[in-house]
Amino acid sequence: MSKNKERIQVSKEKCVGCRLCVTVCPFSAIAMKEKKAVIDLEKCNLCGACKEICKFKAIDIVDISSQVRFVDINEYKDVWVFCEQKKGVIQSIAHELLGEGRKLADKLGVKLCAVLLGEGFQPKVKDLYARGADIVYLVDDPKLKHYQDDPYTNVIVKLIHEYKPEIFLCGASVIGRSLVSRIAVKINAGLTADCTGLDIDTEKRLLLQTRPAFGGNIMATIISPNHRPQMSTVRHKVMKEAVPNSSRAGKLILKTYDDTVYSSRTKLLDVVEEIEETVNLSEADIIVSGGRGLGGPEYFDMIRELAKVLNGAVGSSRAAVDAGWIPYSHQVGQTGKTVCPKLYIACGISGQIQHLIGMQSSKTILAINKDPDAPIFKVATYGIVGDIFEIVPALTKRFREILKK
Amino acid sequence: MNIIVCIKQVPNTTQVRINPETNTLIREGVESVINPFDTYAIEEGVRIKDKTGGKVTVVTMGPPQAEDALREAISLGCDEAILVSDRKFAGSDTWATSYTLSQTIRKIKDYDIIICGKQASDGDTAQVGPGISAHLDIPQVTYVRKIEEISAGHAKVERLTEEGYEIIESKLPLVITVVKEINEPRMPSLKGKMRAKNAQVLKWNADDIECNVNDIGLNGSPTRVIKIFTPPPRKGGEILKGDTHEVVAKAADLLKNVIIG
Repeated sequence: MSKNKERIQVSKEKCVGCRLCVTVCPFSAIAMKEKKAVIDLEKCNLCGACKEICKFKAIDIVDISSQVRFVDINEYKDVWVFCEQKKGVIQSIAHELLGEGRKLADKLGVKLCAVLLGEGFQPKVKDLYARGADIVYLVDDPKLKHYQDDPYTNVIVKLIHEYKPEIFLCGASVIGRSLVSRIAVKINAGLTADCTGLDIDTEKRLLLQTRPAFGGNIMATIISPNHRPQMSTVRHKVMKEAVPNSSRAGKLILKTYDDTVYSSRTKLLDVVEEIEETVNLSEADIIVSGGRGLGGPEYFDMIRELAKVLNGAVGSSRAAVDAGWIPYSHQVGQTGKTVCPKLYIACGISGQIQHLIGMQSSKTILAINKDPDAPIFKVATYGIVGDIFEIVPALTKRFREILKK
Repeated sequence: MNIIVCIKQVPNTTQVRINPETNTLIREGVESVINPFDTYAIEEGVRIKDKTGGKVTVVTMGPPQAEDALREAISLGCDEAILVSDRKFAGSDTWATSYTLSQTIRKIKDYDIIICGKQASDGDTAQVGPGISAHLDIPQVTYVRKIEEISAGHAKVERLTEEGYEIIESKLPLVITVVKEINEPRMPSLKGKMRAKNAQVLKWNADDIECNVNDIGLNGSPTRVIKIFTPPPRKGGEILKGDTHEVVAKAADLLKNVIIG
């Protein structure tokens, strides 16, 4: 990359054809043509040996980094959304991004485009039109069936170079965070992680990206003024899903590439699913979490029961994971998952700051704990001071009645 | 095997408090620690070394006081430590940080595996690990929860996903970012502490690692922070009063709308 940020040039006026530079070049990159030095830029390492030896100041290395780095931002338009798919299903985060992307595209007066990589997706493209996409860029190949870093990066870098979007949104998921961090480096773009708010400065046509930092203690608004596309990963469950409208139409741009583009240096050997519940934490609208107050692994059944009635997922505090009561994949908090469901029910969780960091952006929080001074009550929308072994089963029963299950 | 572990010194997020009058972050008196996720990276590096032989080089980019984090890493079993520090690095975003670390790694030259924590607890971006692999143009596996096999030129690892895990094979050199589940970090030994005290920490600046000045610090950072503010603190809400029957009925009433629609 740094190679392109300087340019070496020979002044034909000043060069006398003395061949000094040819002898000194460690890379044999210089040859004489019509008695003038000509540098083979493929071989040149910009080491400057020739520039130093030249008595006639005919060779110059100029810094062109400012020209290279600052692309002509006016060439870039449209809002792109990366549509994550797993096992042939477009994930709900894509619908959230399309909902948010539509707003941004309308403010800018540009098109909203969906980017989809996978196998056998052509029949599903119309769903993306229905969710607001004006254009769908589809790369459909068996080699793209499962996400892999290399081929997905290669394909999207090519698409961006060819079609030049001004904004590129992606979910802050395991796939999204791995993918766009690579892309941003490859294309020299600014990337803001884990955004919870997006807006447009319409005067400057800039994407205003707001995100939490320091465990949610502060919020920062970030821009990428001179680089395109402006890239963000967006936290799941924060933006509203686009409402489908099947009368909307769009345009399909189907791309194929050489096999070299799809090649991967890593090999995916197996995909193993091991979430015990039907709903996973990051997808869940409702999470029921258990903590140290449960006292043992067997009491998680009570939590599972309530979660099941509410069609929610099971979470836990670090204490319960460290005690071996439930697998790490259920841990909410600083060293676990950050979640923001519509409803978070904390049962027997005292609310250490590490746990609060992972769940305090939930829209509604119900905390149940026997200790009235437990810190969890400081963030809870509603609190119940009492015995979880009494209250949780009673709640389960009550909700079952309400939901007629 | 030559193992490189990249770490970051961070303020202990759990101690960060907001000044209620000025609504700003109180940084005074907040201790600096190794980013919690990086402690798993260090441990994994040392475990690989114990199995395959070789050495663990721990690297950090940061201010001079980040040397403390490196010494702690040595006490935990790392062999060599490099502090990449220069005023020119100030203002680096993840692009510039991953570039700077990749230049450091290029200078170290011999490496088989580079291990990072999955993200840092202050910025929470998870971008630097993949950024390093992109700058070095080598493969990556993020969110690694287990190394099944590692030998000369080859590794097989498990990658944590939202639904379970994937088993991935790769050639070396490779960048991995690790999650908490991968191991349980050891405590520093007395011998380790002694070694840490006497160890020499290499100090490299921007020139040492042959950085392009346009790629480091604020110049090399495509992103700019234009505003910092504190979110309105979440207020404790209503404590429901009454016997079990009453509080459950109240809670169900209050949450009915959330649950149904």
